[in-house]
Amino acid sequence: MNKTKWKLDFWGVITLVIAAIFALFLVYPLFALFISGFQDSSTGAFTMANFAQFFKKKYYYQSMINSFTVTVCVTLLAIAIGAPLAYFMTVYKIKGKGIVEMLIIISMLSPPFIGAYSWILLLGRSGVLTEFLSKFLGIQMPSIYGFGGILLVFTLKLYSFIYLYVSGALKKIDVSLSEAAESLGCSSAKKVVTVILPLILPTVLAGSLLVFMNALADFGTPMLIGEGFNVMPVIIYSEFISEVGGQANFAAAMAAIMVFITAILFMAQKYVVNKKSFTMSSLRPIKPKEIKGIKSVFVHGFIYILVFLSIIPQITVIYTSFLKTKGSMFASGFSLESYQKIFKTAGKAIANTYLFGLAAIIVIILLGMFIAYLSTRRKNYLTSIIDTITMFPYIIPGSVLGITLLLAFNKKPILLSGTAAIIIVAFVIRRLPYTLRSSAAILYQISPSMEEASISLGSSPVKTFFKVTAVMMMPGVLAGAILSWITVINELSASVILYTGSTKTMSVAIYTEVIRASYGTAAALSSLLTLTTIISLIIFYKFTGNKEISL
Amino acid sequence: MSVAINVENVVKKYGDLTIIPNLSVNIKNGEFFTLLGPSGCGKTTLLRMIVGFNSIEEGHIKFDDTIINNIPAHKRNIGMVFQNYAIFPHLTVRENVEYGLKLRKVKKEEMDKKVDEILKVVKIEEYQDRLPERLSGGQQQRVALARAIVIHPSVLLMDEPLSNLDAKLRVEMRSAIRDVQEKVGITTVYVTHDQEEALAISDRIAVMKDGIIQQVGKPHTIYTRPANVFVSTFIGHSNLFRGKISLIGQEKFIEFKNGYKIKMDNLTERVHDQMEVCISIRPEEFSICTPEEFSICTEGIKTKIKNKTFLGKYINYELNFEDQMIFPEQPSIEFSQDVGHAEKIYEVGDEIILKPNKYKINVFTEDGSESLIKDVKKYE
Repeated sequence: MNKTKWKLDFWGVITLVIAAIFALFLVYPLFALFISGFQDSSTGAFTMANFAQFFKKKYYYQSMINSFTVTVCVTLLAIAIGAPLAYFMTVYKIKGKGIVEMLIIISMLSPPFIGAYSWILLLGRSGVLTEFLSKFLGIQMPSIYGFGGILLVFTLKLYSFIYLYVSGALKKIDVSLSEAAESLGCSSAKKVVTVILPLILPTVLAGSLLVFMNALADFGTPMLIGEGFNVMPVIIYSEFISEVGGQANFAAAMAAIMVFITAILFMAQKYVVNKKSFTMSSLRPIKPKEIKGIKSVFVHGFIYILVFLSIIPQITVIYTSFLKTKGSMFASGFSLESYQKIFKTAGKAIANTYLFGLAAIIVIILLGMFIAYLSTRRKNYLTSIIDTITMFPYIIPGSVLGITLLLAFNKKPILLSGTAAIIIVAFVIRRLPYTLRSSAAILYQISPSMEEASISLGSSPVKTFFKVTAVMMMPGVLAGAILSWITVINELSASVILYTGSTKTMSVAIYTEVIRASYGTAAALSSLLTLTTIISLIIFYKFTGNKEISL
Repeated sequence: MSVAINVENVVKKYGDLTIIPNLSVNIKNGEFFTLLGPSGCGKTTLLRMIVGFNSIEEGHIKFDDTIINNIPAHKRNIGMVFQNYAIFPHLTVRENVEYGLKLRKVKKEEMDKKVDEILKVVKIEEYQDRLPERLSGGQQQRVALARAIVIHPSVLLMDEPLSNLDAKLRVEMRSAIRDVQEKVGITTVYVTHDQEEALAISDRIAVMKDGIIQQVGKPHTIYTRPANVFVSTFIGHSNLFRGKISLIGQEKFIEFKNGYKIKMDNLTERVHDQMEVCISIRPEEFSICTPEEFSICTEGIKTKIKNKTFLGKYINYELNFEDQMIFPEQPSIEFSQDVGHAEKIYEVGDEIILKPNKYKINVFTEDGSESLIKDVKKYE
């Protein structure tokens, strides 16, 4: 039985509480934002002027064109790199496969703005490589700033999403399918085109959407490396932050336009994937085979170079964190002074990161489990509305979410701006979906008769949830929670708008240090963040014996 | 303690859809009672109403004299065995069995004793410290049975517990279940769609269709004296012939469409001359005349063999009849020959004459809704 009658029992109360939380912290701020987009800044009267202004001035609408150009290019490049990488890694025996996978995941989970700033250190105006090349070889590198730089940083980070998605799909393809194609007289190149490609297409689409959304919504990278090349999140941020009064309404209008675009894309992708998707499960997954000769050199070369390029930001950051600094410049010789400095000046930010992160992850796990349970086992109107609302963060860029929260809670009766609470709220809303989706996924695999068995043995439904259902859900919950946790501690887009001096987090601190050109401390903080990410992953792998994290 | 279950005028609805229109049945204390029917007949729905997982829209279900409609499932003191076993994968075999006892706050010593005892009864002592994922289907089902019984439930409910097992294990497990049930002496309601299983295991069977109980009776009664055509064709195979009643003086005959008459002594008073009826005969209830004996057996149902299937103990012959002789939409008309006593094996195309055993014949009204045999009980 799927539809249950609504009763004010334990789950009824939980449903109401969760509905209230989402109404207050997501729905209300979002609608408040949209409405303010339609309001005149001084009179408050309803107007379309804000939208008109956006489409009239080239400075503004160009940012939309820029956003799209760069995002489309990133998505195509990510597919062109990520899909073959996944194919090679699945089909061929690759030397050092474990390390390669680990490095890809680390590069994926570190915030993109760290990538941006590392590439600036290397190839920027006074970058190490730039100076080396021009001094010794007389080569003038093309500028890293602008379109090219954004493209480079995004692609090197986001191809990993496509890689993870596609290799997941390839693992589900049974060898017999490919054998069947061969037995019907299909050559191996043709086999890839006619059988394997169509089978992974829905996955590629799902992955590309993720890449697209990430690239479109990211604020840190274009802010640092974009310079004159303005994209929407940067414009929204600067309009909102600008001291000129009344720009909030205009920023709100732009945010509305952006959410509108992402919502359409999201729904279009859902529609296509729903139409094209099919379930596969394989008894005999594809076994990697040996490769030799020139093919082996080519495949290994491709993989190693790619992984090296994507891990360069981490290497740079860790290396430079140990360099001596002189003002904003790195001096020769190693020291720990950058680390001493961050513990002195940014100790609060470090503590905040872990404290807020911990608070957020606890709330995320609880909410994720409860909502997953409600939307799979207690279907009714309210729970399906909640389920839909939890998808919102997929389409709301972090900076937009930050603005909505700030606008909604900067005055009484609920004055949250400047508090830790507002940052934790932003963390929870943005990163809940990972935990929620993977909790729901595992719940679908747990037979309801497990719970019924427990109830029939005399355990009340609530007790059963905690003693049986929750315990059995744990692997799925943790697989999602690790991703939520890592993305929480690396969060920048929303917190950069919400922070105040005392609620700064590490990501924000890195960002501000980079802006102030104190690269040494930025590097030390980034290293600490990367280290936390790696340790979290190791603990997760050890603790759960799980080999995969779910996206 | 074990209880009797009284289901009184129970109604189950999902929205506008009525699954069970009005159902009453009494299940005796200590009895092994089976709900049998095709999928979608409402048998699992009824079982889940007894457990408390489905609400009851109208009527009552009583354990002895206590109405349980509003008692939540976890307070009904029932033992349930599921189709997919539903063994908790995070607990060992022993912990699974202890689960219900711990909730009842049974003392450690007493619990250990009870668990040891039941593990012995279901023969899984040696696996008690294993996690269930390493057990076979049959062993998992034994754990499920032990876990359900150890709490001394008022009733034991089983929802198709054997349908995920292979054929051989199914036979083995069904006698294990019966043994354990008899040893513990607990009222048991068992749901299955497998008629052979139902016949083998039950004290009484309720045959259900469309949410309505068609007949309740002992396995033997249900098989030999079905209350209507549905029961007669759902349990085992029955050949349905068209026929009519002919009364000659005080004597009652049934007459096949080819004119062959059999004198019947056990027809009810309801029959009247020239009444159209349905004659139901099972494949093993014929005797046979070979072509050599045609001169002696002048009467019978003449037919031709259309197809033949060798089944080891039996040979099943599929027979050819003109449309007017039989009822339409039957999968096949069959005669099964006991190989152990067969004098001759026939080939496809052979002509034979069949004579039904008149003591075994069932006669129904033409629409198949009622038996015209004396003393056939819908509810035994």
